Amino acid sequence: MLAPILPGMIEFRIHGRGGQGSVAAAYLLAAAAFEAGFLCQAFPAFGAERRGAPVTAFVRIDAVPIHLRSQVQAPDYLIVQDETLLIDPTLTRGLKSGGAMLVNSARDSAEIARTFGCRAMAVPATAMAMDTIGKPIPNTALLAAFIGLTGILPLEALATALKGRFGGDILDRNLALIETAAKSVPAGAWAIAPQKETADA
Amino acid sequence: MREALEGSQAIARAVALCKPDVVSAYPITPQTHIVENLSKLVAEGDLHTEFVSVESEFSAASVVLGAAAAGARAYTATASQGVLLMAEVLFNIAGMRIPLVMTVANRAVSAPLSIWNDHGDSMAVRDSGWIQLHAADNQEAVDTTIQAFRIAQDTELPVMVCMDGFILTHTMEVIDMPDAAAIDAFLPPFAFSRQLDPGDPKTLGTLVSPDFFAEIRHSHHSAMVQALSVITDTDSAWHDAFGRSCGGLLTVEGDETARVGIVAMGSTVGTLRTGMAHSAAEAGPARLIKLRAFRPFPTDALRKAVAGLDHLIVIDRAISPGLGGILGTEIAAVLADVPDAPRIHNHALGLGGRDIPETIYADLMAAIKDPDAPAFSVFDVDLNKLAPEDR
Repeated sequence: MLAPILPGMIEFRIHGRGGQGSVAAAYLLAAAAFEAGFLCQAFPAFGAERRGAPVTAFVRIDAVPIHLRSQVQAPDYLIVQDETLLIDPTLTRGLKSGGAMLVNSARDSAEIARTFGCRAMAVPATAMAMDTIGKPIPNTALLAAFIGLTGILPLEALATALKGRFGGDILDRNLALIETAAKSVPAGAWAIAPQKETADA
Repeated sequence: MREALEGSQAIARAVALCKPDVVSAYPITPQTHIVENLSKLVAEGDLHTEFVSVESEFSAASVVLGAAAAGARAYTATASQGVLLMAEVLFNIAGMRIPLVMTVANRAVSAPLSIWNDHGDSMAVRDSGWIQLHAADNQEAVDTTIQAFRIAQDTELPVMVCMDGFILTHTMEVIDMPDAAAIDAFLPPFAFSRQLDPGDPKTLGTLVSPDFFAEIRHSHHSAMVQALSVITDTDSAWHDAFGRSCGGLLTVEGDETARVGIVAMGSTVGTLRTGMAHSAAEAGPARLIKLRAFRPFPTDALRKAVAGLDHLIVIDRAISPGLGGILGTEIAAVLADVPDAPRIHNHALGLGGRDIPETIYADLMAAIKDPDAPAFSVFDVDLNKLAPEDR
């Protein structure tokens, strides 16, 4: 596999509600990154482990070993699985300048961007998931949209990660969902400009 | 083979590679995923073991005690209140010199209730007579778990593998899972000298009169001291077989010429490593000492590791109220008769899951410049959260 090129470590914070698969999303993103040749770290900030309660999870992706174990304080990207969490004005705390947020919402992206003062993209991931898998689980659609926007990983890496976690009909539906979701966003709109090679650092 | 795995899943697979005859455990956060995954391996036919579901940690420890005494390779795992509920049995296991392996998914101890990580649980059974090894990342946790089965057999002592709850147990990262055939070659079949045998009857843990109790405690202590070389030899053999090491008793990294050292156990080491890499230019360089063996305590190795230092920052992930740091106090004791020993700055931090940011490195390095700093502090305490009379 080609040595991956990253501008440095990329950090994510995923916000969701218990039951939406936020922790699974973190693990899937990390597993997809591994499939694409990166090193990865994903973990939850466990607190109230109950359905509907706010949940946070973290992902780090790098081409070199990741030693840092703290929660992600200054994410490059936020993935927000539930638009009701947008009522929290501190949701984007620590977001790096130039960072971006991907939100599961039917709202206008520009409106969200204005509210939080950062790049934002809204994707109706719950609706897409209802159409394809029949369940309001937005995580795989959001990950696919993120991959479409950034081009950071090939979509096949996410497909491989999904195959490691699911099988049968659920897998097939999710594979169809990620194709649809990746195509629903402007490809490469958030492309990361490689600034330095870190693979052999 | 390198895989992206959750720490707990990797530990379950590592345990399975060691082919335990008996596994018994009671689920408790953040250990649960380990026994869930083991249970799944058994249910799916990938692990042939007697998986004994029990109603408490006291029973889990009792089951593995009995199983190992009868000649079975046995494994259990717990955390926090589970460690405390096991405490009586843990002393019995060690006192009877039963070789078995337990994972502690380190978690704070109640009250107040906390499900999050610190080292209060394994520290509470510090004097139980178990070997205690701390893993700094999930690769080390996997490798140490397998090594622990061999160390337990070679020393006839139980081994506790401590891994930070959530920070390691619930973190997915890239782990190189060893090959099953290589583990078969590394780990000899289970056997130990005190094994119960109807053909050669013996009693374990019987009433011992004052005429012999001191001798038994002495021999236990002696076995623990001898275990130091078994731990390093096992890690060397691991390196020969798998090309990587967990660092024996302790490892030293960072700037060799630094006058400041930092000692830590567990996952905090990685965060300090990152903090040092990013801020050593401003905050100053350090020698980072990753302590893997806490029991037996690597006195000689530690004395060597701190030679030439002016300051030694010792990080405790637990507290002994009324004294201060546990590791810090022990290190002060083993350095007491060392000429020109470094000044010790002992800090507890990350208690009850308080996040440890990478800026902790610069903050710890800055704190040594205060000549009036107390010998011990809860470093990340926010006194503003306390009423004046509680500060």
